[in-house]
Amino acid sequence: MVEKGTWVIKEGFADMFKNGVIMDVTTPEQAKIAEDAGSVAVMALERVPADIRKAGGVARMADVRLIRKIMESVSIPVMAKVRIGHIAEAKILEALGVDFIDESEVLTPADDKFHINKHEFKVPFVCGARDLGEALRRIAEGAAMIRTKGEAGTGNIVEAVKHMRTVMDAIRMVKGMAEEELVNYAKEIGAPVEIVRMVKERGRLPVVNFAAGGVATPADAALMMMLGADGVFVGSGIFKSSNPPKMASAIVQAVLHYDDPDELVKISEDIGMAMEGQEIATLSEKLQERGW
Amino acid sequence: MKIGVLGMQGDIEEHLAMLSKIGVEGIRVKSVKTLEEVDGLIMPGGESTTMLRLLKLTGLFDHLKEKIRNGFPVYGTCAGLILLAKDVSNPVQDSLKVLDVAVSRNGYGRQIDSFHAMIPLSILDGDLFDAVFIRAPIITRAGNVEVIGTYGGNPVFVRDTNVIASTFHPELSEDTRIHEFFVRMVENAVSH
Repeated sequence: MVEKGTWVIKEGFADMFKNGVIMDVTTPEQAKIAEDAGSVAVMALERVPADIRKAGGVARMADVRLIRKIMESVSIPVMAKVRIGHIAEAKILEALGVDFIDESEVLTPADDKFHINKHEFKVPFVCGARDLGEALRRIAEGAAMIRTKGEAGTGNIVEAVKHMRTVMDAIRMVKGMAEEELVNYAKEIGAPVEIVRMVKERGRLPVVNFAAGGVATPADAALMMMLGADGVFVGSGIFKSSNPPKMASAIVQAVLHYDDPDELVKISEDIGMAMEGQEIATLSEKLQERGW
Repeated sequence: MKIGVLGMQGDIEEHLAMLSKIGVEGIRVKSVKTLEEVDGLIMPGGESTTMLRLLKLTGLFDHLKEKIRNGFPVYGTCAGLILLAKDVSNPVQDSLKVLDVAVSRNGYGRQIDSFHAMIPLSILDGDLFDAVFIRAPIITRAGNVEVIGTYGGNPVFVRDTNVIASTFHPELSEDTRIHEFFVRMVENAVSH
């Protein structure tokens, strides 16, 4: 008997991204640059988060033709974003055949109360989270992969660090909890106790956990790996830098050699200017606050 | 005895967990130096394009190729098999060329076509194994190799002396039998 779209197939696919870098791309040419640099997948978008931020207005799923062209241009998996709660955008991307859907706070939410029931899809989903409760709610809804949110489009790593540390600290705490503490803790963080119990047993999230939202240099990527990320998403950081092929290649190598400072020295030399960064306090809107 | 898991990229931890489950010491291999410390190597699943690039950048590519040619035991899963194959298509890419098979990448299609199926394996005396195929390659030509398992008319698990390779992922199941088989292969190589 042959089975498709099961949990093992969805979560197992996310495992294949581990120790890798997923890059935002807006054209087939950029997708090719990402693939050649060693990206494990690309995220097809109309605009990178830094430009979404600048443009304002409502950010939606990318044009189907653009996504299709990017799918045709590379052999690595292609992801694409849908608005939070936008079931129809997700159905369209599934029918189009994208490999992974990101239900993302970077786009303008379509539902101010509910996320998509991701269990009813055969295509796997990744969702953002800032803390353990949010991560486990998304997993309960069927997310096969989590990324800590950070603050997309800022080139500022501080929020990504905060969210990764928050999740990791909570996991360490759950590991040390007695069984009788779990139900109450689950209630406190707004997550199903069954999944809290899985976290206690495994000592980690039951799905792959990437870092995102602010990675702009090889050192940033190495930092997130040191903090326990399974891999790294780079949004604006590649194609808003002065030399995208070099920056892309350097970040891929930094994820491999994150624990080897001598290698990181070599990787960080002569890679051009990183994207311009933004202080979080100056932002008029924090994308990380979207999602419930 | 120590078994390495090629640590360029991919589901390295899942293979290490399988080794730990069967009581074998496993380590992540990222350098030529670590490669010299292990008695056998598992090449995990992940993105073959990424692994290929990093193998070359770290200098492991030529070193590993030479070792395998001299009888070093390796087991490649999915992307690992692609790296071992003689010929790779869809698109054409370089490989270690130590296993006489031709593979077509993403042979079953995109993620939506990924699947699992129960497959009889000769090394398990024909017993079934729950095989997980994720954007798996298809072996389009099997040359001088022994076929251990097939699915839909194509070989999905092959062996040639010191090299075994599957297009599926036993590390994603609870079943440790294939890892145990590889460990015995390494034990035999060590004792000879």
